[in-house]
Amino acid sequence: METRRLPVEALVGAALLVAVPFVLPAWMKFIVTLALAKFMAVLAVALFLRANQVTFGHAMFYAVGAYAVGFGAKWFGLRDVALLLPLGALFGAAVAALVGLVMARYREVFFAMLNLAFSMMLYGALLKLYWVTGGTDGLSAGVPTFLGYAPPREYLRDFLYYTSLGVAGLVIYAVYRFLASPLGYYLKAMGENEIRIEYSGESVRHVMYVTYVLSGALAGLGGVLAGFTVGHIVPEYSFWIQSGDFVFVALLGGYGSVVGPLMGSIAFEFIRTYASKYFPNEWQMTLGIIMLAIILFRPGGLWTIYEGLAARFGRREVERA
Amino acid sequence: MPEAPVLQTIDLCKSFGMVKAADAINVAIRPGELVGIVGANGSGKTTFLNIITGYLKPDRGRVLLLGEDRTGLPPRVITKLGISRSFQIPQLYTNLSVLESLLLSVAAEAGRGTGFWQPLHRRHWIDQGLETLDRFGLKPYADRAVSELPEGGRKLLDIALSFALRPKLLLMDEPTSGVSIEDKFQVMDILMKVVEETRLTTIFVEHDMDVVQRYGRRVLAFNDGKVIADGTPGAVLADPEVRKAVLGRA
Amino acid sequence: MRLLTTILMDGTVFAAVLFLISVGLTLVFGVLRILNVSHGGLYAFGAYLATFLAVRFLEIGGNPYLTYPILLAGALIVGVVAGPLIERAFVRRVYGRAEAIQLLLTFSVFLILDDLMKLIWGTKPMFVSEPYTLLGEFSLAGIPYSWYQVVLIAVSILFGGALVWAVRGTRFGKIIVSVINDREISQAIGINVSRIYTVAFTLGALCAALGGALVAPTIAVVPGFAVDATVLAFAVIAIGGMGSLEGAALGALIVGLLRALAVHLLPEADLVIIYLAMILVLVVRPQGLFGQVVLRRI
Repeated sequence: METRRLPVEALVGAALLVAVPFVLPAWMKFIVTLALAKFMAVLAVALFLRANQVTFGHAMFYAVGAYAVGFGAKWFGLRDVALLLPLGALFGAAVAALVGLVMARYREVFFAMLNLAFSMMLYGALLKLYWVTGGTDGLSAGVPTFLGYAPPREYLRDFLYYTSLGVAGLVIYAVYRFLASPLGYYLKAMGENEIRIEYSGESVRHVMYVTYVLSGALAGLGGVLAGFTVGHIVPEYSFWIQSGDFVFVALLGGYGSVVGPLMGSIAFEFIRTYASKYFPNEWQMTLGIIMLAIILFRPGGLWTIYEGLAARFGRREVERA
Repeated sequence: MPEAPVLQTIDLCKSFGMVKAADAINVAIRPGELVGIVGANGSGKTTFLNIITGYLKPDRGRVLLLGEDRTGLPPRVITKLGISRSFQIPQLYTNLSVLESLLLSVAAEAGRGTGFWQPLHRRHWIDQGLETLDRFGLKPYADRAVSELPEGGRKLLDIALSFALRPKLLLMDEPTSGVSIEDKFQVMDILMKVVEETRLTTIFVEHDMDVVQRYGRRVLAFNDGKVIADGTPGAVLADPEVRKAVLGRA
Repeated sequence: MRLLTTILMDGTVFAAVLFLISVGLTLVFGVLRILNVSHGGLYAFGAYLATFLAVRFLEIGGNPYLTYPILLAGALIVGVVAGPLIERAFVRRVYGRAEAIQLLLTFSVFLILDDLMKLIWGTKPMFVSEPYTLLGEFSLAGIPYSWYQVVLIAVSILFGGALVWAVRGTRFGKIIVSVINDREISQAIGINVSRIYTVAFTLGALCAALGGALVAPTIAVVPGFAVDATVLAFAVIAIGGMGSLEGAALGALIVGLLRALAVHLLPEADLVIIYLAMILVLVVRPQGLFGQVVLRRI
């Protein structure tokens, strides 16, 4: 496992992330917060990529989390982050537990396309049931409070940022534990050989199901944070393009590790901000070309580029010592 | 009164289109037996294992495991009952390391295969895994990727994964196929030592008569889905019908 | 009665177009064992190019009756140029790699195609209604229909028939079937499998583009309808059985009629009903209506 070494890099990375509000301008803070939120959904997608399964529909759980924030504000006046985070995760997991009953039976193209179908059904519902969901206008998130405390306006972004960072830290820890557990290894192993798993007395369907529920919770968490960060929740949260972005980022960052998707998410949000400014109409094409390049030349994503550099750097240090 | 058979099949039949892959097979295997199954390609040996372990459903007949009717249960359930098998084409996790693969079997045997919080790498599991690898001569490869193993090592690991489940009955499908002639007997020696030390009830399928002759205590000969002979290696392999069916000459 | 006629007619027209698209997708899947996510992109490309050519042709004062061959030419160009290009340049490089990677590759191609169309033709809707209006209307149970819709159905049936004949009755078809059934054996008996892959992918692209070109006169061609085509075509072949021509025909009919039923009776749920049908079929019969179960040899 990759995370066994690297305490130094991990500390440096964490320190950089903690320092963000002090060094970066406000708009960048916003970008990194959003990147942290989406990272959780990306991680959900990356879990399945480890098992060689693609999902073109995980935006649906991201949307479930975000709409939990929207409906919370609209119907119940809820706007506390500490309350809505677990709620969003719970809803994400609950929807995944339901959809997963079907999805755990399918692999590969069926898994990919059925996820797409489910997410597009949700998208259609969010769009068409406008008297409930606000249709294309969407819903507004409440101004967030934190365990009942309403921070002054100028510090709101910082509060959201550190909350996202804290949740991201917890998520990294939890997913790391998950991947190091027997079930996590079975998840990786099933991409290679399902027959051996069944002939070990374990159920591949169970592995898929548990992972699916977990992935729903993760994407739900991301949706809650994104909903609060952007402040506005629209059906596009569940659109296939959003799902495609998650897959793209998982591939970009590298799904072999837990940290890869984090690097990918942050890189992606910055690229997107600039790209939408300078060439708004070629954005998807850019994604497509980068994705092609990664598939054909760098299947491990950014993470392996980093690992390659680290290995070369590390060797030089050893030689020097 | 002898113990109940570990495995008993009653009138097992299975056809693929016009081909009868299992034709009224009646076999009983008692605890502690070491049985070799011999037969030409397409004689129904693998189909027999596939039916017993639930990968295929029989058209007719019953499979009794440890005295109970278990016909048609899926491989996962059969495995949990203590019947494990290895494969002609090794079924491995080529994206894991040798030790990681084995730890998954150890975890499954401990009933902890579905745990998702405690780590797979636990001290006593690792010890247990390394011990099993050692039995099969694979300990030097423990930290290597499964994809780097030579063919003989792949076969041995495939069997080690099944063995680590601590079965009551071990089925080995062509343990030496794909292994070079020089290494064949070496692989079989390792396997037979393990089987003897643990007094494990074992069935191995083999198309090589020399291997069966040397290692079997009891031999079943298959032809066209039927058991055409059942007895000691000497008697079965001397049978002209068997020689004709397996070797193509008397 | 009027409603029933409308639903049947609309459903059949929709099924005809869906069949053209899906049969290409199922052909590519059958031969290459790859789900071409960019299939919907090729469909949209066919619609765009055909419309563009027809509009230009009419602008320079061309005879409106000649727009029909122009539409077909648009489809042909997309199929014959984009098909081999995508297969040779990209898809070929991931044969034998994990299915996830293959899916992601064709998804990348899909993203590129989607923007390429916007770059070339902009984001404003494009119309060419002449081929549609030219044929006039007829009345059925008091409701007017366009003859063009009948042409669509006829072309689809003819095309399907020709395809079945090509696969069942010709030497080339037997080669394709042999590749579908067993790649390795086909290779061993001297079939140039690599060339068959290119041909099959090109044929698939052609089907998609043809569907797009023929549907173009009945709609406004706008960005973003490619993804629906991919998902619907997938639903069709999942219902019918992946890789089966008959399955594509039956699947298209089921999806087409369901869609028409929903559009007229429960318009909020038009897509939901199709997806539910697909899920239902897959739960009851995972291999689809015409699909076969293949056990892995162990």
